[in-house]
Amino acid sequence: MNGPDSLVWWDWVGNHLDDIAAATSEHLQLTFYAVAIGLAISLVLAVVSLRWRRAYGPLVGFTNVLYSIPSLALFGIFVPITGFGFVTAEIALVSYTLLILLRNIVSGIDGVSPAVIEAADAMGYEPWRRFLTVELRLAAPAIVTGLRIATVTVIGLVTVAALIGSGGYGTFIRDGLSRSFSTPIIVGGGLSIALALMFDLIFIGIQWLITPWARKGALR
Amino acid sequence: MGAQGGAPVIAEFWDYVSDADNWWGESGLLFLTWNHLRLAFFATLVATLVALPPAVSLGHRRKGGAVAVGLVNLSRAIPSFAVLVLVVPFSLRYGFGLGFWPTFVPLVLLALPPIFANTYTGLAGVDRSTVEAARAMGMRSREVLRSVEIPAGLPLMITGLRIAATQVVATTTLGALVAYPCLGTPIVRSLQATRDNGELLAGAGLVALLALLTDLGFSLLERRLSPWRRSTADPAPVASIDESGLTPVT
Repeated sequence: MNGPDSLVWWDWVGNHLDDIAAATSEHLQLTFYAVAIGLAISLVLAVVSLRWRRAYGPLVGFTNVLYSIPSLALFGIFVPITGFGFVTAEIALVSYTLLILLRNIVSGIDGVSPAVIEAADAMGYEPWRRFLTVELRLAAPAIVTGLRIATVTVIGLVTVAALIGSGGYGTFIRDGLSRSFSTPIIVGGGLSIALALMFDLIFIGIQWLITPWARKGALR
Repeated sequence: MGAQGGAPVIAEFWDYVSDADNWWGESGLLFLTWNHLRLAFFATLVATLVALPPAVSLGHRRKGGAVAVGLVNLSRAIPSFAVLVLVVPFSLRYGFGLGFWPTFVPLVLLALPPIFANTYTGLAGVDRSTVEAARAMGMRSREVLRSVEIPAGLPLMITGLRIAATQVVATTTLGALVAYPCLGTPIVRSLQATRDNGELLAGAGLVALLALLTDLGFSLLERRLSPWRRSTADPAPVASIDESGLTPVT
């Protein structure tokens, strides 16, 4: 059976390949900007937390409150202030990345062995150079784990953001739901899941590449 | 497009929440809150009933750890909104319609992995020497489970419940998109039709509050059930299975 009433009407999919490509590009852009801005803000917050330890608790507390707000509610809260569209979507999406990234950066750097830091000091590393080339490098696996969770989370939330008109796969879902038409719902939902799983795997690959020490045993 | 500044928005919010009809009416905020919590409660309950027996049995035998880890990682990667909407075409096709079923079924699916995985880890993570000591004292396998493993694993089981319940309360909001009346309803109605900021903020505020309170309530329960975590002398007995320990956002 193939027609408008079947679960997936393949003719519709064939006729909308351009729309699907455009939605994919929007989805990726929204995700990329959210994670990139989130990473920049989190790095600043992490440096502040590492420098002034007392700030860490309140910063985690605040980002945790942001994180706990359901997405539809957070998008909604910003609509009266920043209107429909890209900016509102990004504000909410960035808010969700902060807790994940901040926690992973700080705990990654905390996990660097004090012996390594002493060795770097003894070799004459300035504190900033030590931070950038030794501590951040050794914390990279934890940071990449944070980026993985943040990216996958944001890909899912971008789908919801279509409700405030920012584009992406959610646009198909919104269209399908409004006229009880299965095909765009399945296309939009299926592609969101596929994209999230794909990025999950990409980050697992990156993790493998940047931690050669973790697979030494396997190579021997 | 909206930049109207802060003050009028707060005034609109106040206008909406100070009108008793918006609370007590047939689809008022009180009814929607009740409908929201009712569905979230049943979904969490059903997921618990389904997940507990296999998790307890596997955790007691310390088998299936890879399944638990895999489930959690997979469930974190799969967007819950996508799961929610993917059920809709099937629900329409097989006569379950919109509303209750396409919201309830995905919520149960979402709540299963955290409950299963944390229960499993809670039991399987109990120190082996503790279990051996219990055996040496003459306890049978079933007694070890009941008097040693379950009490020791309980805090982590509650962690699983906390993650599941918080996620379910948050995701129920999206049920509004498939015509289930809940606290997402005023948000969706305002965004798609009325453009009433007061209505929007009332729904968003209430649902954010509910999610925070659910998280907080279960966190307090966790602390009550694990006094040893409060003392600085002993670290937590078992680590959570999830790399992040966070509830996925929905």
